[in-house]
Amino acid sequence: MKPAAFIFHRAATLDDALALLADHPEAKPLAGGQSLIPAMNFRLAHPAALVDLNGVRELAGIAATADGGLRIGAMTRHLAVERSDLVRQRSPLLAETMPHVAHPQIRSRGTIGGSLAHADPSAELPAVMIALDARFQLRARGADRWVRATDFFTGLFATALAPGELLTAIEIPSRAARAGSAFLEVARRHGDYALAGVAVELSLDAAGRISRAWIALLSVGDGPVLTAASGSLVGQDASAANILATAELVRAEVDPPSDIHADAAYRRQLAAVLTRRALTIAAERARTA
Amino acid sequence: MHPVAFTLNGQRVERTVEARLLLSDFLRHDLGLTGTHVGCEHGVCGACTVLVDGEAVRACLMFAVQADGARVETVEHLGTEVALHPLQEAFREAHGLQCGFCTPGILMTLIPFLRDHPAPSDEEIREALSGNLCRCTGYANIVEAVKLAVARGAGVPSDTAARP
Amino acid sequence: MRRLVGQSIRRTEDARLLTGRAQFVDDVRLPMMAHAAFLRSEHAHARLRGVDLARARQRPGVIAAFAAPDLGDYWQPGPLLVPPPPIAGLVFHAATQVPLAREKVRYVGEPIAVVIAESRYIAEDALADIVVDLEPLPAVVDLEAALAPGAPRIHDQLDSNLAAHVVQAKGDYAKARAKAHRVIARRFHYDRGIAGAIENRAVVASWDQIAGEMTIWDTTQAPIPIRNGLARMLGLSESQVRVIAPFVGGGFGPKIMMFYPEEVVIPWVARTVGRPVKWVEDRRENFAATTQERGQIHDSEIALAKDGRILGVRDVFLHDTGAYDPYGLTVPINSQCTLLGPYAVPNYSSEFRAVFTTKPIVTPVRGAGRQHGVFVMERLLDIAARELGMDRVEIRRRNFLRPRDFPHDHKIIFQDFQPLVYDSGDYEPAMARAVEMIGYDRFVREEQPRLRAAGRHVGLGIVSYIEGTGIGPYEGARVTVEPSGHVRLATGVGTQGQGHFTSFAQVVADQLGVETSDVSVVTGDTQAFGWGTGTFASRGAVVAGSACHEAAVAVRQKALTLAAKLLGVKEARLAVGGGRIFVRDDPQRGLTLGELAQRSNPLRGAVVPGSEPGLEATKYFGPARGSTASGVHAMIVEVETETAQVTIQRYVVVHDCGVQLNPMIVEGQIQGGVAAGIGNAFYEQLVFDDGGQLLNASLMDYLMPTALDVPTVEMAHVETPSPLNPLGAKGVGEAGAIPTGAAFAQAVEDALAGSGVEITEIPLSPGRLFTLMAEAKQGGAGAQAAAPAAGGRALIIDGRYDFAGPPREVYSLLLDPAVLASVMPGAQRLERFGDRYVGELKVGVGPISAATFTLEVDLTDQVVGERYAMRVNARGRLGFVAGSAKVALAPGAGGIGTAMTYRAELQLGGTIAAVGQRMLDSMSKVMSAQGLKALDKALDKALDKALRARRGGAA
Repeated sequence: MKPAAFIFHRAATLDDALALLADHPEAKPLAGGQSLIPAMNFRLAHPAALVDLNGVRELAGIAATADGGLRIGAMTRHLAVERSDLVRQRSPLLAETMPHVAHPQIRSRGTIGGSLAHADPSAELPAVMIALDARFQLRARGADRWVRATDFFTGLFATALAPGELLTAIEIPSRAARAGSAFLEVARRHGDYALAGVAVELSLDAAGRISRAWIALLSVGDGPVLTAASGSLVGQDASAANILATAELVRAEVDPPSDIHADAAYRRQLAAVLTRRALTIAAERARTA
Repeated sequence: MHPVAFTLNGQRVERTVEARLLLSDFLRHDLGLTGTHVGCEHGVCGACTVLVDGEAVRACLMFAVQADGARVETVEHLGTEVALHPLQEAFREAHGLQCGFCTPGILMTLIPFLRDHPAPSDEEIREALSGNLCRCTGYANIVEAVKLAVARGAGVPSDTAARP
Repeated sequence: MRRLVGQSIRRTEDARLLTGRAQFVDDVRLPMMAHAAFLRSEHAHARLRGVDLARARQRPGVIAAFAAPDLGDYWQPGPLLVPPPPIAGLVFHAATQVPLAREKVRYVGEPIAVVIAESRYIAEDALADIVVDLEPLPAVVDLEAALAPGAPRIHDQLDSNLAAHVVQAKGDYAKARAKAHRVIARRFHYDRGIAGAIENRAVVASWDQIAGEMTIWDTTQAPIPIRNGLARMLGLSESQVRVIAPFVGGGFGPKIMMFYPEEVVIPWVARTVGRPVKWVEDRRENFAATTQERGQIHDSEIALAKDGRILGVRDVFLHDTGAYDPYGLTVPINSQCTLLGPYAVPNYSSEFRAVFTTKPIVTPVRGAGRQHGVFVMERLLDIAARELGMDRVEIRRRNFLRPRDFPHDHKIIFQDFQPLVYDSGDYEPAMARAVEMIGYDRFVREEQPRLRAAGRHVGLGIVSYIEGTGIGPYEGARVTVEPSGHVRLATGVGTQGQGHFTSFAQVVADQLGVETSDVSVVTGDTQAFGWGTGTFASRGAVVAGSACHEAAVAVRQKALTLAAKLLGVKEARLAVGGGRIFVRDDPQRGLTLGELAQRSNPLRGAVVPGSEPGLEATKYFGPARGSTASGVHAMIVEVETETAQVTIQRYVVVHDCGVQLNPMIVEGQIQGGVAAGIGNAFYEQLVFDDGGQLLNASLMDYLMPTALDVPTVEMAHVETPSPLNPLGAKGVGEAGAIPTGAAFAQAVEDALAGSGVEITEIPLSPGRLFTLMAEAKQGGAGAQAAAPAAGGRALIIDGRYDFAGPPREVYSLLLDPAVLASVMPGAQRLERFGDRYVGELKVGVGPISAATFTLEVDLTDQVVGERYAMRVNARGRLGFVAGSAKVALAPGAGGIGTAMTYRAELQLGGTIAAVGQRMLDSMSKVMSAQGLKALDKALDKALDKALRARRGGAA
């Protein structure tokens, strides 16, 4: 299990990286490499060239945005996000999710941007970014645009990234005053790709009714799934009955794949149960926020 | 071929490597540090865990060329046979190893963990170990070894990572 | 004289292992060493028509490449390791593995060719240069189908896929059944797993042309038989071959298998190319090329008296032996014998058929078939208890053999060819202790009802088992006292983490009155000790340990005799201790062992006739038969019924392995065994599809338990010393793994009591448990769930699609190569030659780089405008896709448009099948959706064009 040969480019700056990607259309960006390198070791992936982004300092870092949100550089390692007090304060959902991502030795190397650009339908972070309504900055040589997370994930391992384009930063909007969130997943073993999982971010209005509820699921479709059922809760009380009804909508809505670990029926059940539980937790957290 | 220069167990190393050479193979076969073991080469078993800039990483999921400028530490940087590191001593004491193949990776996982968690709970210890597979011990004595090392306190947490 | 034996002495080998300074095979570095990689079959079953190595040989950095014909006379099928035991009427067909496939491949992963290069990287590059011409044959996966008349035959020289048929019986089961109060019958499944040593296999071979010596480092559990066999194959004398099994990173059974193709090929290659050669198995290879174990299906019956006494048991089972059967019948005979457990079973009728399948070879894996027998018996007793309204502990107690029953002859033959006779045991105290430790009575009476009332599903499992351990034939040991007083011990068994360096040293140190640290132990080097068999069947401590003891006793005697002479006192007045032999009532008068060693090897004078120089002795030990270990496992689980998640809350083991040499090591073995058992019960399953492809050939998808999945086992010991060896020891290496599945099944079933779920299969998974619960809900209580899905699945793409155009138009479009190319995601070009399309496909998704496949599609069964079928064949570096598709067209609803129904059944092979399965379902959905959308578009365009053409014509 040794990788095939490739041409190695080391980028020192973002401009450098964008230029290398523009000049070498056959090159793939190398972020943390925790998904790409195993695929290369199996020789499932054999890119002709890699542009290593690990030396690009300006792509790493977590900062507060003026509106109370967060800006996370794409090359920020999972571990840095996990350890960040700022993330804990401003995005409890993201903070709560981090320990579910693989194992400590993967998180020390893996990057936020790498996970998102990889767009694995079973990965935690794409669903979380959707639930948070995050937006992503995509840069190419001479180009710079922002894309909402909901528009970024376009299918199975597919994203809105154009050739030569790089995901450079993630911005998470500020939370409402009475917000609550929860992340739950069922995996065979801790750190495995989840059989199903859900990220919920909701907020309550002054009257205690749900003013926003974003429910995003993982491992039940081609990519992260923002449920249509999310909308059904808005304007409602976060009562057990309403939550249960939403969970049942999710059960009916999802069309999960079958694999050797879980068939579609089991995944559908998990999606419904986890949605119910996550909504209950998130609503409770919002009430006491 | 690419030049790579880095600090390995406190020593400066300069070599030229092929881009695709995995850090695990580089350490083991080019530099002769065979304490770092290879069990899966897809990032699951944890046997190849080493420290890069003080954090535990899979040496099979990094190219040697990426170590350029980094500080890399392997199990050989812990104790010696006659002067075991306190964590190693605790493993011996608690029978935390059998065939010993997974052990170096486990030790290197624990070094930064104990630095960051000086008084971990059982659950935290087990979670920290969840990225290292061991087929012999059933883990119980590994957990005991960590607890023993913690109970003995001195020396365990940070000092490998901090060594020049 | 038990001073150290029985103490939890810290291990002497640990310092080396902990500091990364212990040498494993992959750590061996030799000047000029070359590296090998094997090309392996991607097909489970195929005729091999040719191998073209020309391009591989030309690749820069490649030293040589070989296929079967290149081996010449060296090519021989491997030996039959274990011939069938002497059982009347036994049928056995030997078909042993070959070094490199010649006429046929019989499992995915079977080696076809080997490349030797300057690095492993280059060797792997060159594998892609090899062209193999294979004619695929139908795979043989399902055990029952394999024996059906007309099943494809795996070994052409045999009449069928039957490898063996064995019947063993005692008493008269039919008569017992006729008299029974109750007869319970069930079908049980126990599926395959891997051993999962963290170190994969490895072989390094070095041929010294000048000395005429071959040195081989091998991750084997049996270095001496490997040396003997390789010497024979290589035409060398045994003294010319040295096999070293240095530190080995876990064995668990498969590393005892011999001879692996790589073990045979690498030494030959080293001699042929004249350079040392290293081959290290990678994890992907490990899933295909290292032996596996487990698949059995049992149809079992128990006949009971009203009071729960067993009147008889009948068991008929199928055993999956894989593509070859070099290990004979060890595993199924273990199942057959271990089923009887600690119970008095007056009538037993057991029959099995071993079946060849196109899957990796089956040889013992920790437990070696014993767990299957335990699972069947314990499940039958659980169901019996339920149906008789008895307590499950009570039914076991009523059937235990009593201490007065030993030795107990079961009157059938065990795997060591000896009658199955239990040497010793006392089962009731172990059960009583386990009942007390797990708090059985309180749990059943209070805890479980209380939690159940609160909506929680907790359950308890408690099972008994025995394990035949420590079988012959023999092991040997040599003990030498050096003039320094240091003691050297050499023995032939290899060590894979069992602590032999320490426990053997304890045995010897006790006899010689020294400390454990004064004894250095050498194992697994044929140059240090050349007689023995290996580490297997929980026999290291028992058999080799006893040999160490005997050798130490002999050295002690030599020392005493010499000391008596030199000190001028009677032997009876001497004592041994502190590294000296001294006069008991005058301790100052004495000699150190070192002095005695020196004096026993004089430079002048004469060695007395009948004596030997040196304080050294070599002794052998062969037990008359195996010693019987036993125990009870109890566990408490909680099942979360909504998500089918199971957590193990407590695990108790009460174990009897006779005298424990080192309790710390014993407990470590048990804890580790339980971890493997938990993996087997709830996490680990090798999933083969109908084409014989393993769908989870990675540690991502084959789930070995982690630290979060294995509880700390609470342990207690019962000690009934074995009378069969001087140490009184019984084996312990496998015990932890044997009853775990049975305990787990009982516990989960107990947690779900009342739901109608009955567990008759291992391994379980949450997904499978969810299905069982759903089926029980539908079928009502008591219904036995449908069998687990056999085999697995090929990729099936089916559906229906409505087009706007008429059937004839759609039909011709579908067969137009240009359209076909445009709708087939990734098709690069497609040309039509009559009914055959030939082209190239480039597909990739996410982490899978776009890979090129050559594509062949043959059209059959065409009825213009209505239907056709296709045979599809695509091959590329990532594997192959082969299969068939059927398409039918009919006028759409109300006669408008076309309704197309399609169904494709595709077999995938190679890397994509082995590690890509997580993506396949989604990927096929996406690709067929893409294709249909494109087809719809093409059709629109074509219709539009036709319409315009018509309009144009009219104008």
